[in-house]
Amino acid sequence: MSPAFLLLLALGLGLAGWLAARGRAWSFRRAAPGRRLAALPVYHAWYVALWIVVPALLFAAAWNVIAPQLVLQSVLADPAASALPDFGMQRETLLAEARAVATGAAPGVFNPAAGSLVAPFRDALMRFNLIGLAITLAIALAAGAFAFLRLKPDFTARTRVERAVMSVLLIASLVAILTTLGIFVSLVFETVRFFGMVSPLDFLFGTQWGPDPMSDAAHPDPSRYGALPLFWGTIYIGAVIAMIVAIPLGLMSAIYLTQYARPAWRKGLKPALEILAGVPTVVYGYFAALTVAPAIRDAAQAVGIANASSESALAAGLVMGVMIIPFVSSMADDSIAAVPQAMRDGSLAMGATTNETIRRVLVPAALPGIVAGVMLAVSRAIGETMIVVMAAGAAANLSANPLEAMTTVTFQIVAMLTGEGSFDHPATLSAFALGFVLFLVTLALNVVALRVVRRFREAYE
Amino acid sequence: MNDAPSPTRTAAFEARLKKRYSAERRFKAFGLGAIGLSIAVLVFLLVSMTVNGIGGFQRVTVEVPIDFTKVGLTMPAGVSDRPAIVRALGDQGLPQVVEFGAEQALGSAAARELNSDAWRQVAEAIADDPVLLRGRGEFTLPTTNDLAAAYVEDRPGELGDVARRLAAEGKLERSFDWGFLTRSDATDPQQVGIWSALKGSMLTMLVTLLLAFPIGVLAALYLEEYAPKNRWTDVIEVSINNLAAVPSIIFGLLGLGVFLTLFPYMRSAPLIGGMTLALMTMPVIVIAGRNAIKAVPPSIRDGAMALGASPVQVVFHHVLPLALPGILTGTIIGMARALGETAPLLMIGMRAFIATPPDGFTDPATVLPVQIFLWSDEIDRGFVERTSAAIIVLLVFLLVMNGLAIYLRNRFEKTW
Repeated sequence: MSPAFLLLLALGLGLAGWLAARGRAWSFRRAAPGRRLAALPVYHAWYVALWIVVPALLFAAAWNVIAPQLVLQSVLADPAASALPDFGMQRETLLAEARAVATGAAPGVFNPAAGSLVAPFRDALMRFNLIGLAITLAIALAAGAFAFLRLKPDFTARTRVERAVMSVLLIASLVAILTTLGIFVSLVFETVRFFGMVSPLDFLFGTQWGPDPMSDAAHPDPSRYGALPLFWGTIYIGAVIAMIVAIPLGLMSAIYLTQYARPAWRKGLKPALEILAGVPTVVYGYFAALTVAPAIRDAAQAVGIANASSESALAAGLVMGVMIIPFVSSMADDSIAAVPQAMRDGSLAMGATTNETIRRVLVPAALPGIVAGVMLAVSRAIGETMIVVMAAGAAANLSANPLEAMTTVTFQIVAMLTGEGSFDHPATLSAFALGFVLFLVTLALNVVALRVVRRFREAYE
Repeated sequence: MNDAPSPTRTAAFEARLKKRYSAERRFKAFGLGAIGLSIAVLVFLLVSMTVNGIGGFQRVTVEVPIDFTKVGLTMPAGVSDRPAIVRALGDQGLPQVVEFGAEQALGSAAARELNSDAWRQVAEAIADDPVLLRGRGEFTLPTTNDLAAAYVEDRPGELGDVARRLAAEGKLERSFDWGFLTRSDATDPQQVGIWSALKGSMLTMLVTLLLAFPIGVLAALYLEEYAPKNRWTDVIEVSINNLAAVPSIIFGLLGLGVFLTLFPYMRSAPLIGGMTLALMTMPVIVIAGRNAIKAVPPSIRDGAMALGASPVQVVFHHVLPLALPGILTGTIIGMARALGETAPLLMIGMRAFIATPPDGFTDPATVLPVQIFLWSDEIDRGFVERTSAAIIVLLVFLLVMNGLAIYLRNRFEKTW
């Protein structure tokens, strides 16, 4: 039974219950005019509708997970399944194929061995669909009847509906915790598996990176899993080159916009700057690879560097810096705006020029906020993926030459997981270990930065 | 009057003052330069994409007259869907008919440069209008990639000569290619289109919106209006703030590790992509929503309470409608970010070659940014223009969404 159909069915029944309950509540009112109901009719309606829809949908969701297993069990119990190979890829392929034909997703069987399974599959699917539909209907009707029978003139439907609403609100806000937990658990789980194959010391301090997804998974060569060049590439591109571009430009833009620009100019320039933040990273990546990288290579060759490569850390870093400018600028903007006006006025009153006031009073006073903004910008830059994937190259180089190709943590995550490697191979699992390191570093940067910002706000309040 | 200089205004003072003023001017110019440079880069980026992309919206086509009267092609009986008709016509030898027509009209050198998929276009025209089979028809058909490049770049050599000859006869031209918006991915840059990617993007965004918007708004309402001040609330707040700053690729790892383990058959489905992006967008909506809810003045709540509304009624009847424009603005901005996101979708496998648009939320699909990424990897020169054209389409969508957000903000935002 398709999930959409069950959803519509539950909603339809809910609507019917809603209308019936509202009619019932109105009939209470008509039966005893002048007597107040404990809740408005519409709350009676919602009470019944919730009782119908929620249990039915919960069951339907659970059934969607369980039913395929039950179908599989019953197909395997069929005599036709005895011819299947005992385990392995082929068994899975045959089952998947028969399933596709039985559900109508594929026109016909390709593999004759799967053909005999189609009929049992179709029977089992039909049977369990009907069972699922019947149980869903039964649950909806039973719960609806239970709720409907509870309706009375003095029934406090509103408080009950509101209690349900409050629990929905609570559940919605718990999704954030679940997501964080999900990230943590999935990363830790795979990382532990990876460290079971390659020692953490080899991973964190080795200087050679070159996992081979085709090698023997049982005996990985730990010397090929040294992630130090990746960490270096990430820091060099995201925290050095990009920041050399983004900090001066972002900070000076913010200073100009807040301290010098006339309001009309400010109104036009600020959104223009924010467009830079709205351009998708894949567009920046394409720009870096197509325009910036060749220009840098040509410039390098013009000044006599013969072996300049067309993929360079410099190209990726420069473009990433441009992308980060609005971010630094808005953080600096906020911190400067948080400095009390009295400090600025005092400095100007003593005869300092605007520029002296900014450099000697405003920026030092706003420094904690600016530093926190830079930390957030760094955390964003090292997590940036598409620019480095498209422009920085795949070679893991431990070098300080910005014209060389360099690779980053994010690049290697993409490279390891979009290849054909199996999920049990250390090369694939290494992506999760890299992701875990990235997650921890960005998390630490964010926590520290947010704390600094809060401390700094409090200092001036 | 006293003309003597004031005791403080010595020559050294004047010199110092001049230096200070020029430092001021330098500083100001530096600030203007910084912002000018940033905007110049933006303009350069947009202009270079536009200049490159204009070519991507065009393709080189050639006029081919075909005479069907003598070849004896028949409409396949009893078949009504287009792909089947096209297949049947292909089996009857339509490709050879088209090739023959091209040879007759353009010469064999030019006929070789007719796109190998050109006959499909003829077949589709016939499927739409079977009367064509009874007479002569003029068709505007795509050329091969090589001929197109030779014509556009005016290359010397044999192909260039063919192109120049055909152009001089008025049979070869470069025109706006509507098909780019309606076709799907292909291996030949003359035949590619973005419809499958665009549709994949729409389906994915729909899932994202349906999940992230309710959850985000409800979470924002809870945190801002009802949450008691305790450790749990702090944990929720900290995790939302951190999620907003987690790199997007980590969400891809989450989608790969959790969603694809739960639904292994849905690799590269818009449903999984949408769920992954929803987790990424939700914190943005929560943060924007909380700011919008915070901006609703307490007097509204007090007034409603005083008239006997319950806490839930206060929020859902009064606070939420007033905060909605602000929440919507934040939602649109979050959705715009999700629309441009590439990395997490690469992780969950939405990078396959998708030649047919997805029909539902569980079909294999790709999205526009991933399509751009895939095309940018192609070696063929023809793909460079197509990539830029796809980027223009993506940027137009983002521009519309951001414009809508700004409009909503200006139109409905109240200062109390």
